[in-house]
Amino acid sequence: MTSFDAVVIGGGHNGLVAAATLAKAGRKVLVLEAAGDVGGAARTEEFAPGFRVSSVAHLLNRLHPEVIKTLELEKHGLQFARGDFVPSVALSKNGPPLVLHGAYGEVLTGANPSEQSDWKELRAQLLRYAGILKPFLSRRPPDLGGMSMLDTAALGQTALALKKLGKEDMRDFLRVLLMNVADLLDEQLADDRLKGLLAFDATLGSHLGPRSPTSLLGLYYRLAGETAGVAGAQILPKGGMGAVIAAIGTAAEKAGATIRVGTPVARIIVEKNRAVGIALDNGEEIRARTIVSAINPATTFLDLVGPREIDTGFVRKVKNIRMKGDAAKLHLALDRQPEFTGVDAAGHKGRLVIAPSPDHVERAFNPSKYGAFSPEPVMEITLPSLADPSLAPTGASVLSAVVQYAPYALKEGWGAGKPKFLEAIMAQLETYAPGIGKTVLHAELLTPADIETRYRMSGGHWHHGELQADQMLMSRPVSGWSGYETPVEGLFLAGAGSHPGGGVSGAPGVNAARRIIGMKG
Amino acid sequence: MNRQLKIKPSTARTTAQSHFRTLRLGTPFQPRIEALARTNDWYNWAGYRAPHSLWDEELEYFAIRSQAALFDVSPMTKYRIEGKDAEAFLNRVTLRDVTKLKAGRVHYTAWCDDEGFVLDDGTLFRLSPTRFRLCSQERHLPWLLDSAIGFDVTVEEETEAVAGLALQGPTSFAVLRDAGFSGVERLKIFDLADFPHDGSTVTISRTGFTGDLGYELFVPAAQALSLWDRLMAAGEPRGIRAIGYTALNRARLEAGLIVANADFVTSEHAIRADRLRMPDEIGLGFMIDLEKGHLNGRRAILEARAKRKLRHVLVGLEIEGNIPAEHAIVYHRKSQEVGLVSAAMWSPMAKRNIAIASLARPFGDTMVDDLWVEIYALRELQYQKLMKRAKLVPRPFIKLDRRTANPPADF
Repeated sequence: MTSFDAVVIGGGHNGLVAAATLAKAGRKVLVLEAAGDVGGAARTEEFAPGFRVSSVAHLLNRLHPEVIKTLELEKHGLQFARGDFVPSVALSKNGPPLVLHGAYGEVLTGANPSEQSDWKELRAQLLRYAGILKPFLSRRPPDLGGMSMLDTAALGQTALALKKLGKEDMRDFLRVLLMNVADLLDEQLADDRLKGLLAFDATLGSHLGPRSPTSLLGLYYRLAGETAGVAGAQILPKGGMGAVIAAIGTAAEKAGATIRVGTPVARIIVEKNRAVGIALDNGEEIRARTIVSAINPATTFLDLVGPREIDTGFVRKVKNIRMKGDAAKLHLALDRQPEFTGVDAAGHKGRLVIAPSPDHVERAFNPSKYGAFSPEPVMEITLPSLADPSLAPTGASVLSAVVQYAPYALKEGWGAGKPKFLEAIMAQLETYAPGIGKTVLHAELLTPADIETRYRMSGGHWHHGELQADQMLMSRPVSGWSGYETPVEGLFLAGAGSHPGGGVSGAPGVNAARRIIGMKG
Repeated sequence: MNRQLKIKPSTARTTAQSHFRTLRLGTPFQPRIEALARTNDWYNWAGYRAPHSLWDEELEYFAIRSQAALFDVSPMTKYRIEGKDAEAFLNRVTLRDVTKLKAGRVHYTAWCDDEGFVLDDGTLFRLSPTRFRLCSQERHLPWLLDSAIGFDVTVEEETEAVAGLALQGPTSFAVLRDAGFSGVERLKIFDLADFPHDGSTVTISRTGFTGDLGYELFVPAAQALSLWDRLMAAGEPRGIRAIGYTALNRARLEAGLIVANADFVTSEHAIRADRLRMPDEIGLGFMIDLEKGHLNGRRAILEARAKRKLRHVLVGLEIEGNIPAEHAIVYHRKSQEVGLVSAAMWSPMAKRNIAIASLARPFGDTMVDDLWVEIYALRELQYQKLMKRAKLVPRPFIKLDRRTANPPADF
């Protein structure tokens, strides 16, 4: 029998990144994935005969450069260049759309000249401020209990960066940090289409409306990501998100990691406060010095470790992590290419956003607070088969959309609510792409409840815990335990529930692995 | 359709509105205690009206040591813990190994938060293999309920429903026997058993807070007064007396027992970060069982032990002279402040001037010589500062054979 130094639970992208990083450092690593295939919510899956789509995550905008470098992903076929960047199109009901070209609107078209110059200024400011937060939103959060020299030095660097901003800019950075995005946009912009798009981006994937306090942080989080060295840039990976997973998986296997799929872990074996192995559903036990959980933190502690093996205060904290998803995913198999009114060919290959104004986004959010879905949902749409025809039969097309707001705990229950919500989404689509309804061969709508079941994400939340100020940095996943180690010795967290959070970044995975290596685990 | 909402004043609400008319709640024994209270010296015990003394604190103390003293412990917080996993649950929450506590037995224990700081100490009664009663100073229901997640166990507060009496002193056994509790002679120290009383049941344990022969009795609140009367009637020839807290406090000090929020600050009450205490810092380290599986605070306790982060130690002191050193500062070489006395008295039983003090390590730990206490003796409107030598001595300060003698002596 082979023995392993580390067992990684969960073959999502963070699990694979952690496994690859550990394997590269010489550890013998075993990855255990419950599903039949690795990738978690970043797989490419067939949802109708001949139609394939990126399962939940469909745009790549924050794969961490350290991950690409450490895992040598470029060698494994993952190469991005400026030419791959796709635009964001803010769709409009009555008039031409507005388009953000390049990396998050280096060039703005469809707006009047004064709006263009205002945007230029705001964009520069957003990127400048996101740049200050960037180191915080990538590396391990500072350990407030006992700061190492390295921690202190890193904090000092940030203080220096703040100082470099100059007095006025620094004050403004601190002023706006915890603002709501709608108020900031109203201060600096006039065009509802542009403001709607930014309001949507700031609140995407969280239970916040644009007028909720701190909603601006979501935009900073997005802009702290980069692609091909350019902040804010986004791409639609060829072959879907599964291709990214394939590259990371190859890196892991090349480095010597073993990956077992269809192998759900039943429990983490703890002896005297130390994780010593895992037990599978079939009773098989695998022992290892280090256990890395790249799945949901609440599932890890409440189900796999069990509350009996951890302290009451910690159980309280874990139970209090808010993680009820508010976003749904729509997959349409269309018999032809859809036509969005006023959008050119390049625009169709980009990200199409239905969020006509911050007010519209806010109104879409309101019902979700009370357990109802948005009657006029907001969404981001991609048509991945346009750039990658292999995803759909010849002449046909795939539509992939992230739709908000779809509260996990829908009052009427998703059994009854899902067909109604699909109808509301199709009505919205019909407005912006007339005739699209008639071209639908197959529709698959994944509510947060579906996402929870299919991808084993508690609450169907792709961040594995709301990404809001109180659940970020030193408080992620819970205060006192943000550094990837846990109260159970030898057990580490490496998933999106840990700092910095979700999205296909690999940052939690690589940070956790580095921490383990640093602790000689 | 409009639904008309009619708000009727409920009787419960009207009753609740007059809560301010009762400044302190009475215990089920209040009518009897009230009738005996000659000093009218009351204090607040967990929201209840409790006596400091009833007629003479000096004589009340001697009732404990030479007769039988009846002390109302009803305000003590009591939890009923029941279920298949009750034992496992308590093993995780409290420091000692509960699997070693047999049904019909009681042990003194304590429990900690995640950081290993003591939340409280108390007594755990194992009423049956699956049913326990936990008695403590503070209220802990939210903590216990959150600790119950993942266990098949119910936790219910029964402080109001259950009345409690401590019957302590050399004649306490004889009083119980004469009151007709046959079989009580079989109770060894820390044993408990149920006895019929007034159509109900009283649980009697051979436990107490005095270091003397003594018992504690728990009874449903409705049978409280009849139990009181039964004991008082049977105890009359044996000199039974109702007592207040001041007398009990002296007895417990002689027995070397500590009181939460008097000798240490419980972790949910402490405001200042350096007032928190781990079990090892208040003499409760012996309770910690590291072999039994997970217990709350285990990781933190181990880390503190390994990294030598235990900063305090609780000690017994014997001080020269006969002036009680209550709340005196403890010095090393008469100059360096190293701690504080939390309880002190001239012990009539030990014939020694005794105290419990918290010292900053290494003092009281490896540095035990040349310790002094500074006593401010108020003599006719003038303080006289006395620097008295203090010597570390083991607790308890007195050891009475009658406490553990079997069968219990018939005084």
